[in-house]
Amino acid sequence: MAVAKTLGLETEYGIVHRGRPEPNPITASSLLINAYLNRHGYETGARSESILWDFIDETPGVDARGFSPVGSMAPQVETHLVNAVLRNGARYYVDHAHPEMSTPECADPLSVVRYDRAGELIVQASVEAANELLPDGEELILYKNNSDGKGNSYGTHENYLVDRSTPFGQLVRHCTSHFITRQIFTGAGKVGSELPGQRTDEVDFQLTQRADFFEEEVGLETTLKRPIINTRDEPHADARRYRRLHVIVGDANLSQVATFLKVGTTTLVLAMIEDDAIDTVFEFDAPVAAIRQVSHDLQLCEPLLLTDGSTITALAVQWELLRMATRYVERCGTDNVGGPAAIDVLHRWEQVLHGLETNPLTLANQLDWVAKYRLLSAYRERHDLPWNDDRLRVMDIQYSDMRPDRGLAWRVGLEQLVSDEDARTATEEPPADTRAYFRGRCIREFPDQIVAANWDSMVFDTGSDSLRRVPMMEPMRGTAAHLATLFDNCDDAAELLRRLGALPTMGE
Amino acid sequence: MAEREQVNKPTTDDQPSDASAPAASERSEALKAELDDLLDEIDEVLETNAEDFVKSYIQKGGE
Repeated sequence: MAVAKTLGLETEYGIVHRGRPEPNPITASSLLINAYLNRHGYETGARSESILWDFIDETPGVDARGFSPVGSMAPQVETHLVNAVLRNGARYYVDHAHPEMSTPECADPLSVVRYDRAGELIVQASVEAANELLPDGEELILYKNNSDGKGNSYGTHENYLVDRSTPFGQLVRHCTSHFITRQIFTGAGKVGSELPGQRTDEVDFQLTQRADFFEEEVGLETTLKRPIINTRDEPHADARRYRRLHVIVGDANLSQVATFLKVGTTTLVLAMIEDDAIDTVFEFDAPVAAIRQVSHDLQLCEPLLLTDGSTITALAVQWELLRMATRYVERCGTDNVGGPAAIDVLHRWEQVLHGLETNPLTLANQLDWVAKYRLLSAYRERHDLPWNDDRLRVMDIQYSDMRPDRGLAWRVGLEQLVSDEDARTATEEPPADTRAYFRGRCIREFPDQIVAANWDSMVFDTGSDSLRRVPMMEPMRGTAAHLATLFDNCDDAAELLRRLGALPTMGE
Repeated sequence: MAEREQVNKPTTDDQPSDASAPAASERSEALKAELDDLLDEIDEVLETNAEDFVKSYIQKGGE
């Protein structure tokens, strides 16, 4: 049966250190994050360093298909780089050569939007703090995109908790068709092509940032030979019960509606797979080719070849998935798919498919690729430019510029599902309804007594002989409903742990 | 294979009626005016040396 969907996003931001002769992105990313931590009260007084991320349980090289990597490199974990856990339960760190923000665990797609927006605000605050430390003439600029236009890509990954007992092959089968076809509303838009073997200007404009970078159907890699279905099997939870589907095919979205639909529709599709509620299967003959075909087809009418020899469009597959999801919710309710937010997902899903079918430009306030396409097309017409003009490439990149006075996405009238006031609260407050509450509240209340933290445990130093480790193997436990009163009545971590020991709330 | 006409609408109300058509067209006029305003001011915001900026925007080492 479908497990309640714990959800989260990881976003790598593009970073530019302007004014520095030989900029180093790792140094710049470290400066960025440290500036934020120092400015926002993350010094821990008693300890010289901020709270460390604890890597003891991280196994990014374990493969969901049931074997350890042979002949392929497991992702490297760079433990020496800046790696902080925030009071809202998020993780903020340097990953390879980019600053990366992982939202805390969320229980519904709207909460994901809230914490993704909170992440943007934290990044903006970091830039402000960092730039004050830099010499005159230097500044950091951050971009929420996935490509530099020269064949280098960086990721925005989604995470979904699924039932371990669901055969992985079923996930591969149905998710592949969703990931290929959802691009029509998840895409952030891009000028040109980065497909190996294709000239950049062979494509004017395409739906997504990422489609050009996928070369395999299924695999463990994330940095080369990227697969449509990533098999990293690292649940950060009880591995007997859960799997975490790590989705790497998506774009970073500035549009909150796009983020909401990306996560919301995928949540529904996964629950349907777990509950065997998919009545029509779409198996693409050549998934890797199909993901590019969809991205390169602005008319949304490209026939995609299925294994039975028939063809179907991306839009038609999405209408079918919506039909099944609507029926699924009628039958099974919304308890495991994010509660009332799931109803809103169905509404918006239908509305967006209808708009894409009749006149995509009506969605310019809802979808990134449409907003970007509309703006660039208008600029192009006004100045009579070819699509490969550098000014259009600038606009493409600058759409995702995080500076409030420079980013084009802030100016195109995108609908906000979460107010900035609400998101600002979420930069400090963890979600109340997942274990992120426990993590965030501990960081706020007892920073001097926490030695390390990670997704599924926290390590405390309460002054006794040994460190105390608290496992958090159930992502939906450790919530405000269970623990708020307890936190309110504990003066230090030792007392919290003592009283927690009597509660079967966290999961062992 | 089922046709998309068979999609069960998640709601039975809230369907746009003909009466809302003028509102939609007003909205589309307003959006167009906004876009014109944005295009008028956008050169102030864009990076000044487009060629240099595009050339120098390099982001290696992702994921």
